[in-house]
Amino acid sequence: MHHLTPLSGIVGGALIGLAASMLMLLTGRIAGISGIFGGLLQPGAGDRGWRIAFVAGLLAAPLLASLSGTPLPAPAMPASLIVIVIAGLLVGFGSRMGGGCTSGHGVCGIARLSARSIVATAIFMAAAIATVAVVRHGIGG
Amino acid sequence: MLLVFVSFACGLVFGIGLLISGMTDTGKVLGFLDIFGAWDATLAFVMAGAVAVTGLGFALARRRGTPVLAAKNLWPTRRDVDTPLVIGTTLFGIGWGLVGLCPGPALVNLAGLGLPVIVFVVAMAVGMLGHDAWGTRRTLMRQIEKA
Repeated sequence: MHHLTPLSGIVGGALIGLAASMLMLLTGRIAGISGIFGGLLQPGAGDRGWRIAFVAGLLAAPLLASLSGTPLPAPAMPASLIVIVIAGLLVGFGSRMGGGCTSGHGVCGIARLSARSIVATAIFMAAAIATVAVVRHGIGG
Repeated sequence: MLLVFVSFACGLVFGIGLLISGMTDTGKVLGFLDIFGAWDATLAFVMAGAVAVTGLGFALARRRGTPVLAAKNLWPTRRDVDTPLVIGTTLFGIGWGLVGLCPGPALVNLAGLGLPVIVFVVAMAVGMLGHDAWGTRRTLMRQIEKA
C-alpha cells in the first residue's frame, strides 16, 4: 500500500530541478535521460564523456545513499520477465521515437512551456494510465 | 575534465532527487497512474517541484545566454507535434505503465543489481538501438527510392 508523501515529493522534485538547471547553466545541455543514455549507445558518437559521467552519477546516487544506511533500491517488479522485456523495449523505442521521456518532455519541456513537450507528456500520461487501468482493473480488456 | 565532473555531479543530484521523491519505487509510480485504485498523488508533487525549479534555472540560463563550461546552450529546437511524437510517446507510456519504470529511475535502480531491473535496462537499450537502426534504414531506403 502506498501513501501520499507530498513533502519528500516536492523536495526530491526540487533536487531534480536543481540538477536540470545546473546542467543547462554550466554545460548547456538538457537533462533528458533517454536522450543522454540513448546518445551514449550511438555508434561513433563524439560526445560520450559527459553522457557517461551523468549516467555514472545516477548510478552513484543509491551507492552514496547506502553509505548513510539506506538499502540499495530493489523496486517491486511483479510482472513476468516477458512483460518486463516488452515494457523495456517499448520504453526504449518509444522514448527515442517521441524524442524524450518523463525528464526531457515532462520536466525540462514543460519548464520551457514547450507545446510539443506538453502534448507529449499528456499522451504518455494518458497511455500509462490506460495501461494500468487495463492491467490492474481489466477496464476495456 | 571539468565538464565531465559537473555532468557527474548533476547526475548524482538528479539520482538523489529521484530516490528522495520516491520515484525509483515502481509501486509509487504505478500508484499515481492507477486513478481507478488507491490513488497516490505524489508524482504530481514531484513534477511540480521539478518544473518550478527547472523553470527558474532555465530563465537564469536564458538571461546568461551562454553556459559556463560550453560554447552555447543546446535548447531543443523542434516545436511541431508530428506522427512520430504521438506514436512514440504512446508506446513509451504503455511501457511505463506496464512496470512503472522510465529511463531515469531504471538506471538509478540498476545499482541494486536486481535481475528484473537489469533485464528492463537491457531491453530498453535494445529498444533505443532498434529505433535508431530502423530510423537510419528508413532514411537510406528513401534515398534509394529517390535515386
